[in-house]
Amino acid sequence: MPHKSFVWLCLLPLVVLTVAFFLLPMARLVVTGAEGPHGLAGYLAILVEPRYRATLINTVLLAAATTVVTLVVATVAGMFLQRHRFPGRAVLIAMLTFPLAFPGVVVGFLIILLAGRQGLIGDLSNRMFGEKLVFAYSIFGLFLGYLYFSIPRVILTIMAAVQKLDIGLEEAARSLGASPWAVQRDVVLPALGPAFVASGAIAFATAMGAFGTAFTLATNIDVLPMLIYTEFTLAANFATSAALSVGLGIIAWAILALARSFSGSTVAAAG
Amino acid sequence: MSVPAGHGVSVRIEACGKTFADGTRALEPATLDIARGETLVLLGPSGCGKTTMLRIIAGLELPDAGGRVLFDGNDMTSVPIERRNVGMVFQSYALFPNMSVADNIGYGLKIRGMARQERAARVAELVALTNISGLENRRVDQLSGGQRQRVALARAVAIRPGILLLDEPLTALDAALRDRLRGELNRLLRALGITTIYVTHDQSEAMELGDRIVVMQRGSIAQIGTPREIYFKPKNRFVAEFIGAANIIEAPVENGELVLPGGRQPIGGEASQAAAVAMIRPETIGVVEEGAAPLSGTIDSVSFIGDRQRMLVSGASDKVLTVDAPNTIKAQAGERIGLLIAAEAVRLLPSEN
Ligand SMILES: Nc1ncnc2c1ncn2[C@@H]1O[C@H](COP(=O)(O)OP(=O)(O)OP(=O)(O)O)[C@@H](O)[C@H]1O
Ligand SMILES: [Mg+2]
Repeated sequence: MPHKSFVWLCLLPLVVLTVAFFLLPMARLVVTGAEGPHGLAGYLAILVEPRYRATLINTVLLAAATTVVTLVVATVAGMFLQRHRFPGRAVLIAMLTFPLAFPGVVVGFLIILLAGRQGLIGDLSNRMFGEKLVFAYSIFGLFLGYLYFSIPRVILTIMAAVQKLDIGLEEAARSLGASPWAVQRDVVLPALGPAFVASGAIAFATAMGAFGTAFTLATNIDVLPMLIYTEFTLAANFATSAALSVGLGIIAWAILALARSFSGSTVAAAG
Repeated sequence: MSVPAGHGVSVRIEACGKTFADGTRALEPATLDIARGETLVLLGPSGCGKTTMLRIIAGLELPDAGGRVLFDGNDMTSVPIERRNVGMVFQSYALFPNMSVADNIGYGLKIRGMARQERAARVAELVALTNISGLENRRVDQLSGGQRQRVALARAVAIRPGILLLDEPLTALDAALRDRLRGELNRLLRALGITTIYVTHDQSEAMELGDRIVVMQRGSIAQIGTPREIYFKPKNRFVAEFIGAANIIEAPVENGELVLPGGRQPIGGEASQAAAVAMIRPETIGVVEEGAAPLSGTIDSVSFIGDRQRMLVSGASDKVLTVDAPNTIKAQAGERIGLLIAAEAVRLLPSEN
């Protein structure tokens, strides 16, 4: 059928592109991961070797914490910003979303300015309690950096979702006697479910793989992207870094897939 | 727990006006009394403030300073909607998409802390009452428009509200379904006997459902009355023309007779008036032989509508008169006829200035 062959012809560039720039390097990465001295067992090492495993768990926990806190903060802020009109609102939204343009390095830099050795918080605590509070280079600094990074993105998604909420549903719930809390629990949060899942998954995957911020800050902490970097550039341990990369990819991809199937079902359930 | 049928609260709206934040004056201060168990219809063209008044009664909108809303004599003005015990049906139905039909209907009962079993029984009762058996476990997006409307109604009455508020509940449906549901709704409202305020812009809906009708015009109340009063004794030209078809005639009155080009039409009484505005409903005009009535004219056109025929008659008044005649009369365009109108069928309206 000419029509069918036309469609295939149109798909050809996509196929070529996918194979050349996506599948081939990916396959190479997977193969490299198994080319170390231990062969396929190299993959096992990222789960068994204590240092690798600790890093893996660290990274997942950090990403999860970032996701949860981001969702909470962004939901409260996004809901408020979308529902209220007050002077300075536009400026506030612009400021909140300003960090969208920053690369991870700049975010790391900002955290150092805030909580580093010469940081604002350190200065302040020094003056007040005579002790310098420095946490920029700890996992908490990194956590703060990731929040800074992901909150603007999630706020925008939540605001868009809140705008689409049907006020009538909330009014109907109230007419049936629902308190403001019950309205949030029974009407608003379920309706925002798909937006939570979608933006939460992105926040999680970003926090798993963010490198710039970690690179700027992480002198004391091991997170997966940093580990890959050190194994690759410093130790020239290609097999392990490839295996770690594949592991990182699989976790992030699995979370996204899970989120998609979950949001798919909630979307269906929500009509 | 169970309240006998024929219940609800009486409602008083006192000097309730509404000016929105952007300066829109949606409602002029209005005062209105609604008796316990009465069905009151708010009727008027789009944008006249019907929804605004309903929302003030519901507690979704605060009246301007000085306005008060009373239920059974208690001031409810500052009581939020969640504590007013009102059942609402929205034009969009606003069914909860994350809940099944049964959960939607039972939501208000759950919020009130009713035990699961008792709740299920009450939901079953309402499902039967509103004719939606078999749909209990459906998601709301699997329902037709008419079914959604019933679920919305069942959900609103489930909580045994003191007052039922319906905002154009049938407008979203197609004409045939609307007619059928209107009759069903009427029976249901009568059976429940609960105080009801019903918003519509459809005059036949208003006539069928309302014990009394409030006709609204640009944010104020034009007339309050029973359907008959509104229809036969409109207070002004706006009401006369908004409800049903009306011939509006401007002519002088001499000695209790309307002086028209086609003759002198008695209107009762002896009064005289240099410029009067009169209303005559098309179906109150009888078609007779020329000379058998004080008024006569020429048929311009006849259109057969089925249950009646509509004639346009010129020469009787300065404007063409619309006449709804029985479908048995044989008459053709160009024929001269007499127009027999009872004096009581002519209604003088205040002349506009
Ligand atoms: N939140 C609001 N802010 C400003 N103006 C409003 C608001 N809500 C309604 N209005 C205005 O108030 C007037 C009355 O609105 P309302 O919704 O009460 O009309 P309605 O009679 O229900 O009309 P319809 O039949 O179209 O639903 C309209 O002019 C409308 O534009
Ligand atoms: Mg309206």
